Amino acid sequence: MNAITKASRRSVLGATLGAFTFGFHIPKAGAQTAPAARPISPEVNAWVVVKPDDTIIIRIARSEMGQGTLTGLAQLVAEELECDWTKVTTEYPTPGQNLARGRVWGNMSTGGSRGIRESHEYVRKGGAAARMMLIQAAANAWSVPIGECRAAASVITHTPTRRTVTFGQVAEAAGRLPAPALAEVPLKAPGDWKVAGRSVPRLDTRAKLDGSQIYGMDLKLPGMVNAAIRACPVFGGKVRAVDSAAAERMPGVKRVLRVGDYAVAVVADTWWRAKTALEAVDITWDNGEHANASSASFAEVMRAGLDAPQAAIGNQAGDARAAIAAAPRKVEAVYGYPHQNHACMEVMNATAVWTPERCEVWTPTQNGEAAHAATAEAAGLPPARCEVHKIHLGGGFGRRGAVHDWVRQVVDLAKQMPGVPVKLLWSREEDMLQGRFHPVTMCKLSAGLDAQGNLTGLHMRISGQSIVAGIFPQNIRDGRDPVVFQGLNNAGGEADIGYGIPNLLVDHAMRNPHVPPGFWRGVNLNQNAIYLECFMDELAHAAGKDPLEFRRALMANHPKHLAVLNAVAERSGWGRPAPDVGGQRVFRGLSVTHGFGSYVAACAEVSVSDAGALKIHRIVAATDPGHAVNPQQIAAQVEGSFVYGLSAALYGACTVKDGKIEQTNFDSYPVMRLADMPKVETILIPSGGFWGGVGEPTIAVAAPAVLNAIFAATGKRIRELPLQEGALRRG
Amino acid sequence: MAKLNVNGRIIDVEVEGDTPLLWVLREQIGLTGTKYGCGIAQCGACTVHVDGAATRACAMPVSAFNETQKIVTIEGLSPDSSHPIQQAWLALDVPQCGFCQSGMIMAAAALVAATPRPTEAQIREEITNICRCGTYNRVIAGIQRATTGPGAAG
Repeated sequence: MNAITKASRRSVLGATLGAFTFGFHIPKAGAQTAPAARPISPEVNAWVVVKPDDTIIIRIARSEMGQGTLTGLAQLVAEELECDWTKVTTEYPTPGQNLARGRVWGNMSTGGSRGIRESHEYVRKGGAAARMMLIQAAANAWSVPIGECRAAASVITHTPTRRTVTFGQVAEAAGRLPAPALAEVPLKAPGDWKVAGRSVPRLDTRAKLDGSQIYGMDLKLPGMVNAAIRACPVFGGKVRAVDSAAAERMPGVKRVLRVGDYAVAVVADTWWRAKTALEAVDITWDNGEHANASSASFAEVMRAGLDAPQAAIGNQAGDARAAIAAAPRKVEAVYGYPHQNHACMEVMNATAVWTPERCEVWTPTQNGEAAHAATAEAAGLPPARCEVHKIHLGGGFGRRGAVHDWVRQVVDLAKQMPGVPVKLLWSREEDMLQGRFHPVTMCKLSAGLDAQGNLTGLHMRISGQSIVAGIFPQNIRDGRDPVVFQGLNNAGGEADIGYGIPNLLVDHAMRNPHVPPGFWRGVNLNQNAIYLECFMDELAHAAGKDPLEFRRALMANHPKHLAVLNAVAERSGWGRPAPDVGGQRVFRGLSVTHGFGSYVAACAEVSVSDAGALKIHRIVAATDPGHAVNPQQIAAQVEGSFVYGLSAALYGACTVKDGKIEQTNFDSYPVMRLADMPKVETILIPSGGFWGGVGEPTIAVAAPAVLNAIFAATGKRIRELPLQEGALRRG
Repeated sequence: MAKLNVNGRIIDVEVEGDTPLLWVLREQIGLTGTKYGCGIAQCGACTVHVDGAATRACAMPVSAFNETQKIVTIEGLSPDSSHPIQQAWLALDVPQCGFCQSGMIMAAAALVAATPRPTEAQIREEITNICRCGTYNRVIAGIQRATTGPGAAG
């Protein structure tokens, strides 16, 4: 992945932005990188550049953070372009270019597993339109009808005469042709795909093997200084006083600066010296109104919300309360899900240069346009005088998308040192304390069973934090956060409940702590799937029914949910005992959900020793994403999502004491490591007709499947996460 | 002042002796393939080889080193990504975001140098690096491919 070079930017944008750059050369990495002095070709259209040597450059608007969207989107463009896949490279257009060209590349936001599912049509049309223009240019040169010409593997053939020309030979002429109206650009049926739909290798692997991939942390600009920062550890607190005399005398230190009213930074020649000096700065904090907040005190607030009369309704059918009241058998349980930090392997960082005329930022971001807006606001300059250069991300998971707090900080610092490139790098401790956390919620589930053990009514009362209220409060209507009901919606096609329950009420009592929320991989599907799927398991056992059969009886009108559930049941051998492993009996648990447009299910196999040691042996997972663009990368996402989801359910939690997050690094916030990684079998059953995401959905089925398997093994229901040490000890 | 042997070169660096090797590699020598992840030797993103042994560079002061100890970083593992671990990683598309993979590859390369045909249990025990993308199963498959598959090291 390259950024578009200065020269090609000029060729693209003419005078609009051509003179607008500080002209820093960014080191580039890997086999995908063209030489800096490469001959410049004009674009065919916004999505496609073909160089005279037939190298294809496909522009990617979304951000690559490991999820493979770079390769998947390139496959979709290349499929319609009919180019030689072995000559495909990619580059990011900048948010500034997108703004200047009327958002020709559309939305740059890369979250919600939407990279492919929301742009598949226009990127394919971009590739198809470029192919049509290339063919037209060849037909014009030969003075033949376009209908007599075909394109394949970057070669255009005039079929009657067998004359050929390569894309590179006609690209310049093609770029001068009028673009076809997009409504008249036909797309291939997925059944005719040759590049898309195949497990092609990623385009960005080579640079990740030899250290040459440049991440934001690795960026170096001439004359650059390095900053370390500490913000008030209590959210909402401020700096009261600073004594920096000792720090200012330390080696390499250039400045000790305030950032807003809430943070102090040390700027030095190297980051290590900046960080060392920051530890010598004596900061007195005004911790503000949340100085005494704790997780325990907020749990009381949420618990009260479980029975509060006021709540926003997310899904309703019949009269759940009346049905439960009238039922001969009632079941009730309360579950909870804690705050989590994204803990991206690459901590937050950005580099900025500010002058009174312009501001440029280099940063790993999931949303270049949001980073651009944050830059302009912090810089006090119009957006047209700002630019953001997206750098490859060392993990995102939602932390680098909606909120660009670190970008505002670096611009604030750069403003205090005009003309000097400033790189801000957080310490891991800062990253842990200043997260934008997975929301904390509780859920009270109440159900009624009739005499035959059929579910007659279900009430899910969610109480707790709203991400939308914290980040996009303008989207809250009448106290209702629509995103909080992910996986529990009646309809909408993106995140719907998979059961036909005659009397159903899902509602939310919003209770927001002072800890700021963030979109965290899987978002609200994570806890909602645990709440619903573990409780379905409880209901099945209460009814004396098999958990698979109990679910199936409710899924007659949800065939896609049912299909993935059946797939994992069949593959795992549900209904037959699992073979022992190492003398331990192995037990299974199921879960199913729908999120980010895809239908997913999992069957986990676990054993628990007498001492309470949990071992997850295998998880069979099924995904129906509608269309599958790169099956081997979908498998990678499924495996990766399990590590993320199970880390949260079984290992780590972020807790608050005295207003601060207590966990500061991977020693106090443990995550899953290789030793505990289960085998994962991915079943991909793309049923066609829709486009679902794959980065997030399966994260939500791992934890409930494991928790249900733990119950099968031990008879213990784990309703508070993460799993506590010793919780599974026998006796 | 320190004298280091990095990727076969003797390098003099002007730096406080308590500076971790990681930051000397990244900031004084310019080898940014070795990553900062945690600073407390927990995650392994900073793994390099010191005389062949996997070493977490974030927690080792540069004063602990001299020019007799051979430090190898990801940039020096092979001249052209030809190390069997790198080749296996390429064949299996192991990296996702890739940030932890320099350390992961160095840890894996040290493991197979010491234990040419590690069992899965040995791999699970020895590779303790953190990957938040969750590449673990491909890491296991990659090490197995490098040691038992086509082009195996041993």
